[in-house]
Amino acid sequence: MTDNTTIVFSPDTLAVAKKIIARYPEGRQKSALIPILHLAQAEFNGWLSPEAMDYVASILNIKPIEVYEVVTFYSMFNTKPVGKCLLEVCQTSSCWLRGSNEIIDHLKKKLNINVGETTADGMFTLKTVECLGSCGTAPMLQCGADFHENLTIEKVDSLLEKLKNKNERSTYLKSLNVNG
Amino acid sequence: MAKVTIDGIEVEVPDGTTILNAARQIGGEVVPPAMCYYTSLKETGGKCRVCLVKVTQGSAKDPRPMPKLVASCRTPVADGMVVQNVTSPDVLEARKGVVEFLLLNHPLDCPICDQAGECDLQDLSYEHGTEGTRTEFERRTFDKIDIGDKIKLHMTRCILCYRCVFVADQLTPERVHGVLNRGDRSEISTYIEKAVDNDFSGNMIDVCPVGALTDRTFRFKSRVWFTKPMDAHRQCSKCCGKVVLWMKGNEVLRVTGRKDQYGEVKEFICNECRFEHKNTADWTIEGPRHINRHSVISQNHYEKIDLQNLKREVERQIVFQKGRQLPEASPNS
Amino acid sequence: MGRKLLLEHINEPGIQSFKVYRQKGGYASVEKALKTMTPDAVTEEVKKSGLRGRGGAGFPAGMKWSFIDKKSDKPRYLVCNADESEPGTFKDRYLMEHIPHILVEGMITSSYALGAKTSFIYIRGEYMYIVRILEKAIDEAYANGFLGKNILGTDYSLDLYVHPGAGAYICGEETALLESLEGKRGNPRLKPPFPAVAGLYACPTVVNNVETIAAVVPIVNNGGEEYAKIGVGKSTGTKLISASGHINKPGVYEIELGLPVEEFIYSEEYCGGIWKGRKLKAVVAGGSSVPILPTDLILKTAKGEPRLMTYESLSDGGFVSGTMLGSGGFIVMDETTNIVKNLYTFSRFYHHESCGQCSPCREGTAWLEKILHRLLHGQGKKKDIDILVDAAKKIEGNTICPLGDAAAWPVASAIRHFRKEFEEEAAALPAERNLELATH
Repeated sequence: MTDNTTIVFSPDTLAVAKKIIARYPEGRQKSALIPILHLAQAEFNGWLSPEAMDYVASILNIKPIEVYEVVTFYSMFNTKPVGKCLLEVCQTSSCWLRGSNEIIDHLKKKLNINVGETTADGMFTLKTVECLGSCGTAPMLQCGADFHENLTIEKVDSLLEKLKNKNERSTYLKSLNVNG
Repeated sequence: MAKVTIDGIEVEVPDGTTILNAARQIGGEVVPPAMCYYTSLKETGGKCRVCLVKVTQGSAKDPRPMPKLVASCRTPVADGMVVQNVTSPDVLEARKGVVEFLLLNHPLDCPICDQAGECDLQDLSYEHGTEGTRTEFERRTFDKIDIGDKIKLHMTRCILCYRCVFVADQLTPERVHGVLNRGDRSEISTYIEKAVDNDFSGNMIDVCPVGALTDRTFRFKSRVWFTKPMDAHRQCSKCCGKVVLWMKGNEVLRVTGRKDQYGEVKEFICNECRFEHKNTADWTIEGPRHINRHSVISQNHYEKIDLQNLKREVERQIVFQKGRQLPEASPNS
Repeated sequence: MGRKLLLEHINEPGIQSFKVYRQKGGYASVEKALKTMTPDAVTEEVKKSGLRGRGGAGFPAGMKWSFIDKKSDKPRYLVCNADESEPGTFKDRYLMEHIPHILVEGMITSSYALGAKTSFIYIRGEYMYIVRILEKAIDEAYANGFLGKNILGTDYSLDLYVHPGAGAYICGEETALLESLEGKRGNPRLKPPFPAVAGLYACPTVVNNVETIAAVVPIVNNGGEEYAKIGVGKSTGTKLISASGHINKPGVYEIELGLPVEEFIYSEEYCGGIWKGRKLKAVVAGGSSVPILPTDLILKTAKGEPRLMTYESLSDGGFVSGTMLGSGGFIVMDETTNIVKNLYTFSRFYHHESCGQCSPCREGTAWLEKILHRLLHGQGKKKDIDILVDAAKKIEGNTICPLGDAAAWPVASAIRHFRKEFEEEAAALPAERNLELATH
């Protein structure tokens, strides 16, 4: 899946990006890198292609390698295309103690994919992640900005149904409201 | 100035000097090894942890010991500081651990590695490591890549000292390579395969402590200990032009910067000197270079033992010993 | 019922909004501090309160503030550490989600004390929905004159921003956090210099946990001495505990420090006992990094005294028989729990989260995980247990930042207290295994 559209922010997104950059002192625009990568990932189909990263570098006037170094460090940035809905299932202690493995197994069976894979229709990508700070409501998964907690097999099934019907790309950024 | 005692030997150094550099003033056994620190590259050091030492007294003013072993390459001395390096079993044990960690994923390909014989990791494991290994897992591997037509990146051998990244940052106009990914998946890379191409990129080879970055023009030409290192220079508009020619007969197989006894190049050279002048006629040859390190290269002596040099070294040690206070009897010393 | 200082109004409908929060006495600390106190007087109250950093290290907050370099002519920064990522810890998320204004208020009062003109809340990227909540609260604070130029008509001005991370536990380490805030990889810095001297943009900086900053609000309102009356000894005030695992009532509880551990686990007011009528086996009391303790040692110290929820009581006995209060991530395990498997999830976590900068952590965390994986898959050997202990020992204390210790302690303590289980894993044949972990 390559992106045919040109890698440029929409005027609205660019305005938000400029607002974010303005938060940081003169000469420290690089501080805006992570927030702007979030914008880019949301705008460019849920992943950061080399072109998208180079574009972000040009906005911040930094070297492309500085962007690659950061993108590959943080686990929320995808350097490969992902399905419309990225299902991130927590598997660390508290979630494991309360049955995250059953949730993961169920998702694998139900979606007929392994962890790290995307369904043939491009709808779901299954990922296991480490502690998301939802230990008191374990087991849980994150899809976009939403935490789905106290999961059971039934809840997972109805969530998948809902996501399929909605047929929208999941994103960490729901709205681009930025203060300042 | 600050007076600091390292393994019972006192030395006076300017304020702000690191423990490692204070130890280097003394020389010999008390100098901790260093795999990532590089004097002429700012911000290097602290990462490999082989130079850890024990500070048993913080300073004259505050004599409390430091709670953990510290990276001697990045810890400044204080007046009255007391440091243990080889006299501390804790330090030796920790260092043994670091060597083991560094070797967990390092390939055992010394027989086909161009760095063999002048490799800091070889020296380190020989001196501080253990025989054999406790790991039984498959080693981490990466594909070999050419970053330009002159430099080979063999990431599998890399110990992530970051020196080459600092070279690119501090010596070259634009850095195109860096450290990507995280944890034990970290790698030196350009991300999308790009050539590292600028006048000073070749220095990445000289600062690499292992065989991760090697000179493609020298690749598999000869084991280093079969070559003859000769100091030489030429007029160069880009750099100091002071190099070492690694020769076999009259053939120049390789050109490098001049490394000191700690493996550091003080004056970096340009790519033209390094890669484009493999002809003795291009150089004024000064004479053979003595390799003053533990490496295998110095084992294959082609030069006679320099008695003058040896005498000077003995005298120097005596001078240091003179000002030395008798160490207190302790099980550690 | 213990006193509630942070969660007092948690059940108040609409407490997320400025209006209700203000009606309930919110922003009083800003008024009091800016109008009646000097910045140093605010710091003095925090010192008197005995408040200790709530992120995990427990360093006295007032002392940390007093280290800030006031001679420097550079701007000073306050950065709130909302990168809550320690497994078992979710208190900051709970507080920010439900009472965002207490953090905003605490940031204003604390920034005033430190002389910061710009402050940041660095929040883990996965909490993106909370970024929206906080930004809304900040907008409301601006609209009501509590942020921006000349707050409440005084000379003091402050801008406050929320800055999201993007998935990296290591950014909870304060210098890694600052690197990340500068738009770089989250590699911890070598210290010295400490952030108080050279932090964000090489300027004097204080980094404090969400709960620490929120606690400044009641401290300034009621005075540090009042705060210090709660608790036991050097463990003053209240603490948010994140309770999870095999208990009847997982959740966030505000406790007065000094509460007996037994009461916390079994009383209806808190965890409500072990689920499914089972027995307690072990507890990780302060987030994944702290040593695990078996039932007898978590309920009572080795000397037989009741274990209390305080910094001192939990660490009584050192690492031989004690643990740490840490972040207050209280993970409870029932009698059916396989300790080796639980440890495996921790070691996988630290391997995943190591920044890779220094060799003992980069290589060591991966090795620990691999050995545990092998143990759990019928390929373990008895010597593996000794290698685990030795490798953990060689990571501990030898790394740039505390992640190395955090990876080593769970391994060392699990083997110390549950060695038999490791030996059983090492002795079992592959066929006898529940290969539950094999695919993940």
